[in-house]
Amino acid sequence: MNIVVCVKYVPDAQAERTFNASDNTTDRDNVDGLLSELDEYAVEEALKIVEAGEGEVTVVTIGPDAAADAIKKALQMGADKGVHVNDAAIHGSDAAATSLVLAEAVKKLGAESSVDLVVTGMASTDGTMGVVPTMLAERLGLPAVTYASELTVEGDTVSIRRDGDASTQTITATLPALVSVTDQINEPRYPSFKGIMAAKKKPVETWSLADLGIDAAQVGLDAAWTAVESFAARPPRTQGEIVTDEGDGGSKLAAFLSERKFV
Amino acid sequence: MAEVLVLVDHVDGTVRKTTSELLTIARRLGEPSAVFVGAGFDAAKETLAKYGAAKVYRVESDDVTSHLVVPQAELLAQLVASTSPAAVLVPASTEGKEIAARVAIKTESGLITDAVDVQAAGDGVATTQSVFAGSYTVQAKVTKGTPIIAVKPNSATPEEAPAAAADEVVDFTPSEAAKGARITESKPKQATGRPELTEAAIVVSGGRGTGGDFSKVEDFADSLGAAVGASRAAVDAGWYPHTSQVGQTGKQVSPQLYVACGISGAIQHRAGMQTSKTIVAVNKDNEAPIFELVDFGVVGDLFAVLPQATDAIKTAKG
Repeated sequence: MNIVVCVKYVPDAQAERTFNASDNTTDRDNVDGLLSELDEYAVEEALKIVEAGEGEVTVVTIGPDAAADAIKKALQMGADKGVHVNDAAIHGSDAAATSLVLAEAVKKLGAESSVDLVVTGMASTDGTMGVVPTMLAERLGLPAVTYASELTVEGDTVSIRRDGDASTQTITATLPALVSVTDQINEPRYPSFKGIMAAKKKPVETWSLADLGIDAAQVGLDAAWTAVESFAARPPRTQGEIVTDEGDGGSKLAAFLSERKFV
Repeated sequence: MAEVLVLVDHVDGTVRKTTSELLTIARRLGEPSAVFVGAGFDAAKETLAKYGAAKVYRVESDDVTSHLVVPQAELLAQLVASTSPAAVLVPASTEGKEIAARVAIKTESGLITDAVDVQAAGDGVATTQSVFAGSYTVQAKVTKGTPIIAVKPNSATPEEAPAAAADEVVDFTPSEAAKGARITESKPKQATGRPELTEAAIVVSGGRGTGGDFSKVEDFADSLGAAVGASRAAVDAGWYPHTSQVGQTGKQVSPQLYVACGISGAIQHRAGMQTSKTIVAVNKDNEAPIFELVDFGVVGDLFAVLPQATDAIKTAKG
């Protein structure tokens, strides 16, 4: 099976994330970045599939120089090769343009060896839109089975279990297909020492927009179909009253709720 | 006046509250035209009319409902082409956002997700979003094509505005490609009788401090008519389903009142609830980070505090 996993290098969610005042884009320079946590589950699932049978996992990312770190982590986990799409003109791209670049990268990989499965996380941890996987499937003309908490590949069929609010569903598609996975699907492995050493020798190609046949005018800030007009930090919350339970904590809680008209 | 397409969120004709919110927002931007897919229109019509749907575009085929989202996306794209609406509004549910994502690509239109407010602005649409785990508020707009906006629950107070809800069956056939993903089994979950987590006005969540026993959390929630949520630790331990998880990798909620019980308040969890209007916490550890966010906090054992609070609330309610 030839699997492509699309991953993203994102600002650390534990750090103070912010915007660039110059162009209202996410500040990716002044905050440490890492492989998006939700993408680790995607890499792990792809590895499990090829380990159960045979095949190869290629990890693809779009991002500036530092994004190479996301690929490195995936290679250390066990992915076979990486593709880093790195082009300054991509800065400020919206989800639509991101999906365009990813689609062309997957198509280019597919031209070398046909891609059976594209795997992604359910959403990035910075934009948290959760729409790029579906947009990517739309552009590639693939069925998309998303929010998988369990996944099985049998022959040319992929089946997932999705835990919805109202029901638990089994959803099936014929390969080639795109799957997005939740953080319930597996436990991502920590890279072993062997994996870390092996990663150093694995091939990583760097592609520009020209390598993908994409005109710079189709991507980037000016081409975006949406625009951030302004941003403002939310004022920090001021801490209210804290009481220690001395046999009356519950009563005091009820009194507070009553005073605030929740009762 | 331009139409505004509103995708109706319903189960066999029972229309969810989010739809009445979307219709209310749609009235700010143009004339609401609901888009109703599936069975049960007769049950839904009254609600759609009550909240302002002038028209309802209807499709009833099984093909559309058993094949996930692509047929609905194709339908909406067809309607965008035929009606040139001022905007398309969908609920910011996982299904709504997937449909919106495909419609955006099909119609080459900008997509804004998880809007918490939508207003008319000039001849366009202005949206507000809460980003970076609620630490920033953003004003954004669509700059190309038809604004497609996925709106979070509780973003508008539904306003009654009786209208005709004149229905029109749409001549629509999904493409063969649209049938690529199929739902082969669907097991309904047992209804808890509690409100849905992202729509509820009050959410009470339990975490590691419950030790797996959510009974006190549930009783307290029920005394308030609240939804029950869970921290990631509780879900990972198998104590509560993933669909109840509040946090960065679960659901983000912004209710009027959020009560965190036995939850330390790590960033993972805060990302899911820190824009709630009023925040309360009960935790044994007086240094738990959750207390930095609260409007009221009790340092104590939830197994003592919650039952006492539950009794007091029940008494007050009589």
